Amino acid sequence: MAADIFLEIVTPEKLVVSEETQTVVAPGSEGEFGVLPGHTPFLTTLKVGTLRYKDASGTERYVFINQGFAEVLPDRVTILAQSGERRRDIDLERAKESLERAQQRLASATADTDYERAVGSLLRAQARLSVAESRTTARMQ
Amino acid sequence: MPSLKDVKAKIGGVKKTRQITKAMNMVAASRLRGAQLRMEAFRPYAGKFGEVLSNLAARAGEDASPLLVPRAEVKTVHVVLCTSDRGLCGGFNANLMNKAEDFAVERKAAGQEVKFTCFGKKGRDWARNNGFERVTDHLGIVGTRFPYTVASKTGQSLIDGFLAGKWDEVYVLFSRFESMARQKATLQQILPVPPIEIQEEEGGEFMAEHICEPSAEELMAKLLPMSVYIQVYSGLLETSTSEHAARMQAMDNATKACNDMLDELTLVYNKARQAAITKELMDIVGGAEALKG
Repeated sequence: MAADIFLEIVTPEKLVVSEETQTVVAPGSEGEFGVLPGHTPFLTTLKVGTLRYKDASGTERYVFINQGFAEVLPDRVTILAQSGERRRDIDLERAKESLERAQQRLASATADTDYERAVGSLLRAQARLSVAESRTTARMQ
Repeated sequence: MPSLKDVKAKIGGVKKTRQITKAMNMVAASRLRGAQLRMEAFRPYAGKFGEVLSNLAARAGEDASPLLVPRAEVKTVHVVLCTSDRGLCGGFNANLMNKAEDFAVERKAAGQEVKFTCFGKKGRDWARNNGFERVTDHLGIVGTRFPYTVASKTGQSLIDGFLAGKWDEVYVLFSRFESMARQKATLQQILPVPPIEIQEEEGGEFMAEHICEPSAEELMAKLLPMSVYIQVYSGLLETSTSEHAARMQAMDNATKACNDMLDELTLVYNKARQAAITKELMDIVGGAEALKG
């Protein structure tokens, strides 16, 4: 199959990904969706999660996405996310720490705990870890 | 005529000052490069975002979100004032504060209350000395490599306050980086979100028949807060870049002034030295004449 979806992942701080891909699977807020070449124009918001794509050589790649939206056109996908990190850029230690912190905060939640924020950081930490860990599974296969 | 020793000490002093201003100039230059890169990195995001937003606006209509609706009666105005933490950057902060002052006076005359969120120490001091109410202060942000979350958190609290009726309009006052030599204090309304310009489609390839999930209205409601964050972020970025540019300029001028002073002082020094030599010669000649006598 020809590699012909141009994927761009942009965050306010940098351009995370900009390359030709074969397929893209993104975490839409209404559910995960996959994109193949020739997809109908589509616009949706994204939640915290993992975006997978196959690059031109057919290798699966994983990117952590933190909220934003995706614009899909037949030959290109543009993701605007508040933050995004490729698998190799994820700071595993930091993610683990923030996961623990968030869990503690939720476990000892009182009336003034900012519940939404705690859940948000829990979700982000989990998503980061799951992206980071996808490396090990991919290697084992 | 000042004494030789005084002039020499003065020359030494000015030379040292010149060294400092030169160093500050170079530091500002390198920080400016960093800030400019960050501004450039942000541009594609902001550009793309604006494009999508304007297309959505065309489809979603005017009342998709409470953030779009202007208040009938404006009682309280909130200004996000971006200034630098440090001085020695020419008229940079003064320009921003003049603008803030003008705005505050005008709004107060109209019977409205003005509140400030201050980024930067200079703005905070100004607001404090002028007795304005400050909602929050953020120091150590402008001019550094601050993360995007600073902007999104601030943006969110602005939105929360707006929705809770704590304020009815929100503005960002920042320094627009127009060029190396020009930074302009700019006031921009961010809440309620000003009507979004609907761009003409170019080549018709864009967005005509997009499927939206969830609906265009809901998407719009989700994207609008992000557009507020973007404005705050871009205001902060522009101010940071401007600060470094202004400091570079100011330090360049200071270095030049030092050079001018050195030239002048050297002239004075040489004159004084020559006068001393002449005087000594006169003494010798006078003494010889007297002996011949």
